[in-house]
Amino acid sequence: MSLVQLKDLTKTFGGLVAVNDVSFNVEQGSIVGLIGPNGAGKTTVFNLITGNYVPDTGEVLFDGTNVVGMRTHRIVHLGIARTFQTIRLFQNMSALENVLSGCHCRMQSGIFSAMFRPPSQRREESAAVGRAMAELEFVGLADQWNNAAKNLSYGKQRLLEVARALATQPRFIILDEPAGGMNDHETQELIELIKAVRDRGITVLLIEHDMSLVMKVCEHLVVLEYGAVIAQGGPEEIKNNPRVIEAYLGADDDLL
Amino acid sequence: MMNMRTLLLFAVCLLLLALPQFLNPYWTDVFNNIGLYTVLALSLNIILGHAGLFHMGHAAFYAVGAYTTAILNTQFGVPVLYTMPLAGLLAAVFAMVVARPIIHLRGDYLLIVTIGIVEIVRIALVNDVFGLTGGANGIFGIARPMVFGFKLKKPEHFFYLIWGFCLLTIFFMHRLENSRFGRALNFIKEDDVAAEGSGIDTAYYKLIAFVLGAFWAGMTGTIYAAKMTIISPEAFSFWESVVLFTIVILGGMGSIRGVLVGSFLIIGLPEIFRDLAEWRMLVFGLAMMLMMIFRTQGLIPPPPRKYDVLAYLKEAAGAVGGGRA
Repeated sequence: MSLVQLKDLTKTFGGLVAVNDVSFNVEQGSIVGLIGPNGAGKTTVFNLITGNYVPDTGEVLFDGTNVVGMRTHRIVHLGIARTFQTIRLFQNMSALENVLSGCHCRMQSGIFSAMFRPPSQRREESAAVGRAMAELEFVGLADQWNNAAKNLSYGKQRLLEVARALATQPRFIILDEPAGGMNDHETQELIELIKAVRDRGITVLLIEHDMSLVMKVCEHLVVLEYGAVIAQGGPEEIKNNPRVIEAYLGADDDLL
Repeated sequence: MMNMRTLLLFAVCLLLLALPQFLNPYWTDVFNNIGLYTVLALSLNIILGHAGLFHMGHAAFYAVGAYTTAILNTQFGVPVLYTMPLAGLLAAVFAMVVARPIIHLRGDYLLIVTIGIVEIVRIALVNDVFGLTGGANGIFGIARPMVFGFKLKKPEHFFYLIWGFCLLTIFFMHRLENSRFGRALNFIKEDDVAAEGSGIDTAYYKLIAFVLGAFWAGMTGTIYAAKMTIISPEAFSFWESVVLFTIVILGGMGSIRGVLVGSFLIIGLPEIFRDLAEWRMLVFGLAMMLMMIFRTQGLIPPPPRKYDVLAYLKEAAGAVGGGRA
């Protein structure tokens, strides 16, 4: 069953058609890669799904619900989480607090329970801290919990973004270049992590330029060029698709 | 560690309790002013310090509270302290109405609009809106507040009222900071796109920050009206907003201790150096410049929040296969 369905999405910025009539489905429990040359509109597609942009036309169906026009936090509440291409952590706050921001949307207490601290508020707080620590441990950053985000290495900051996204308890997670700035060793660990995320029952959609990663983890690929889908299919199929080779990889087959 | 803190808190309370006995009425009044500015700056601290919204019109909310009390007391004979909740509520409603359309503005744009708000309020008061505010002369003859049949009239009486309210404010602000609400505001300050993307309703929290800050400022307005017995529009000028803004920025955004130190410096120091009155602005300006260059986080930045992670770690050590190895 398709968890996410994109139908005829179009987004223009002035005269530029950033996303042109894009349609594809993401199956429940799969790992899907969205690839394409720079400026093909991949991140714009992500922003359309998460409500950061509103499409000119088209629909984004999440589990049958059209999320177009919803504000981002509502979409997160429905179960779509994301990470950012340019790291957007809360730099001056601890790793734990960064993850707690993800827990926020699954918590209830407001100003009055903050001021008067009934037992329910305390229970909720300690449960949230527990959940945040569990997510930090999941990405392998438990020992860094008290470190400010800005003091973490680039690769670890990427992992922290994943932990924050996971803390929202999503059913669908969108990773925007998760391996950016990571060394080979870290990328290997990331591959395992992405598979572990999927094994938790979370569907994954990712943008990545690191082809070895994409070919290793993705079961299905969608290729964008100039804002339009030029090919879809399994990794092997895409690797041998002449249009993809021409548009994206050029004539250099060695890249794969 | 915890004992040390309680002891220190106890000592501070005791000192506050005894202080008016050692001060003449003039200095008691100076302390009263410091207390009032501390409460006001703490209420602004929610908006400016925690949510990072550049709001330079806080005196407008303070004015709504003070005028609510003055009008209710002089026109309808409601006892002064009874008007406090309503003063807070009206200021909060006013904040909701004016903040709603401007909440999406960023940084300096918001700053300019909030300056506009405080000026509009002042000019409206001067022009005697609804024939209730008494124009440029303001309202006089506000009754002295009664507490359990005891009439507060001397500065030392107000000292206890103001600093009692101040301690209460500090208590509640401390709890607000260390909560889901306080964290949400900090996430918005750090990066509101990421906060929204993490599932936080940023527009709602920005608005609530305004409403809560205004509520507290409105309640402080009641105490101010009671203390002065006369209020006039000049007391709620743009300059007052600037002073409050400065206290928060100088003391440290989001820091209760910083705000306390800030009010003592900005309100208290000029009293000590009264003879150097003409130099005040020069020193003030210089201090601000030096702060901007050498200590942008303020004099006393907020301490990091504490979390009881140990309890979790013990639990995790007990459970097997909880996380991914």
